[in-house]
Amino acid sequence: MREYDVAIVGAGPAGMSAASQAAALGLSVVLMDEQPRAGGQIYRNVGAASRGRLDWLGPDYAHGRGLVEQLASAPGVTHLTSATVWDVSSALEVSYLQGGSAAQCRAKHLIVATGAMERPSPLPGWTLPGVMNAGAAQIMMKVGGAVPEGRIVLVGGGPLLYLVAVQLLDAGAQVAALLETSPKHNRRPAMRHLMGALRAPGYLIKGMRLLARIRRAGVAHHFADAEVAIEGGDTAEAVVFNAGGKANRIAVDTVLLHHGVIPNVQLTRMLRLEHDWDARQLAWRPRCDAYGVSSHEAISVTGDGAGIGGARAAECSGAIAALGAACRLGVIDASALQAKAAPLLAEHQAQLRIRPFLDTLYQPPDWLLTPTDDTIVCRCEEVTAGQIRDMARLGCTGPNQTKFFSRSGMGPCQGRMCGVTVAQLIAQTRGVSVEDAGYYRIRPPLKPIPLAALASMDETPPAG
Amino acid sequence: MFREVDASRLDEAPACHIEVDGHKVAVREGEPLAAALLKAAVIPMRHSVVSGEPRAPYCMMGVCFECLVEVDGVPNVQACMTSVREGMTVRRQHGARQIGGQA
Ligand SMILES: Cc1cc2nc3c(=O)[nH]c(=O)nc-3n(C[C@H](O)[C@H](O)[C@H](O)COP(=O)(O)OP(=O)(O)OC[C@H]3O[C@@H](n4cnc5c(N)ncnc54)[C@H](O)[C@@H]3O)c2cc1C
Ligand code: FES
Repeated sequence: MREYDVAIVGAGPAGMSAASQAAALGLSVVLMDEQPRAGGQIYRNVGAASRGRLDWLGPDYAHGRGLVEQLASAPGVTHLTSATVWDVSSALEVSYLQGGSAAQCRAKHLIVATGAMERPSPLPGWTLPGVMNAGAAQIMMKVGGAVPEGRIVLVGGGPLLYLVAVQLLDAGAQVAALLETSPKHNRRPAMRHLMGALRAPGYLIKGMRLLARIRRAGVAHHFADAEVAIEGGDTAEAVVFNAGGKANRIAVDTVLLHHGVIPNVQLTRMLRLEHDWDARQLAWRPRCDAYGVSSHEAISVTGDGAGIGGARAAECSGAIAALGAACRLGVIDASALQAKAAPLLAEHQAQLRIRPFLDTLYQPPDWLLTPTDDTIVCRCEEVTAGQIRDMARLGCTGPNQTKFFSRSGMGPCQGRMCGVTVAQLIAQTRGVSVEDAGYYRIRPPLKPIPLAALASMDETPPAG
Repeated sequence: MFREVDASRLDEAPACHIEVDGHKVAVREGEPLAAALLKAAVIPMRHSVVSGEPRAPYCMMGVCFECLVEVDGVPNVQACMTSVREGMTVRRQHGARQIGGQA
């Protein structure tokens, strides 16, 4: 089995900068990502994007080009593309699926840089065709060069919602309305974090420019009073909500939902790392020290997978995690670690200054975090919020028990779409903390592995 | 349900063909299968295994599993994580779960 000093899972800004930094220190590195190209979610496909595509999607997207080029020229990095990691043993043997066959490699240190996913938005009608995440529509722009046809309504809150609206407008798509769901009562507590936000590099100005562009385009801008629902038959037909005490119904072809992003904890949970419930970001995050080292000393977690900080913070934290790993492996000593990491740690802190403001202002409404009884929370097995509440009342204390009785979390997505919601519903119903409710026990394989692929498992990795 | 933007913003991926439920569909080499299917208005992409509700891609990044299709005879492939190739054969998966069948 091939052995590397460091194995990195995820080639977004965090994973790419970790790989480049580790290689620069002379470590042998394997970088694995299930995408065909480096970039992660923000920089999807950036290495292959045409000039026109880069101009359209903007400078924050084009920034990723530099990271991709730096990675490509880094010596000693084996980059395995279209490689899905589905298991990691306690001896840090990493099992992955590439090109239909399973293979393994071993590492002395593992860096998890698997990033974030958009927070699931369980509201009535969210399973209808014609409804997708705003980030999913953005992926259609980045890799498909395409925008939805017909009338689009964006629903939710946060900077990415505004960015996607502007990217759609710039491509001539028909944005009929922007419907914000963040409760008005978030505003006052958010203002307490305004000073920090003003000291964060450029974020507020960018947000204001996006909003101004949306306003100039004449997009109707609503603020929902309470629950938003999507109606339709075979596809979405209308968004229904109250705003300012008035009932509204907007006809749509496509609804784009976005309620921020949360760490994708599937791999860190499978690794049995310690996790904490972040009460401000309303999400689980693996417990890490300043260098990203988790509750397992040979495993670091970096980037948005360790807690949401955004792309620039992810880029800093990837390099910091690589330095930490290099120190643990004896390549640099503690004083060299401190000297090299100091400017990166300072930059990381600077990038994080915007978070308390954003996290507070765009905290999703309670009706989304703990939906009404008829709303489906587990899309795979079609389990509703009411069923989860009933089971909690009958004595189920956590998601693993409701899974046993209802199959929620047992479908192909393995709880990625319902895990946070189920834990919050159980906590709400039983009057306990989300931490006490807990999370699904995640077992390998992380993604379904065809039997034929296992049969072909051999120890030499396919060519990267 | 999705249309391509004007040519100045497109990447120059060569066109190729795949077969979807017996119909020939023009796509761009290497793009994610789910993106190609959305542009070809292959909606719904599947039906849920419990009640048979119509479904379509929700996340485009491999976490929701709403894009499961059969590709070259292999069932339950994530279309959003699969790059299209000339000659790929795709079938949509319909109907409720069969007892003893794969979820
Ligand atoms: C859909 C989406 C769109 C976004 N768009 C923007 C944007 O336009 N602007 C912005 O500022 N922020 C955006 N974000 C926020 C984003 O989370 C961060 O800014 C940034 O991408 C985080 O970088 P990262 O390196 O931590 O993780 P990511 O960039 O998410 O990279 C993680 C990588 O890990 C890979 N991976 C995950 N699990 C496995 C596995 N088991 N095996 C192999 N590979 C795996 C993924 O394929 C991915 O490439 C977006 C987020 C999402 C979810
Ligand atoms: S669209 Fe979500 S997994 Fe493919």
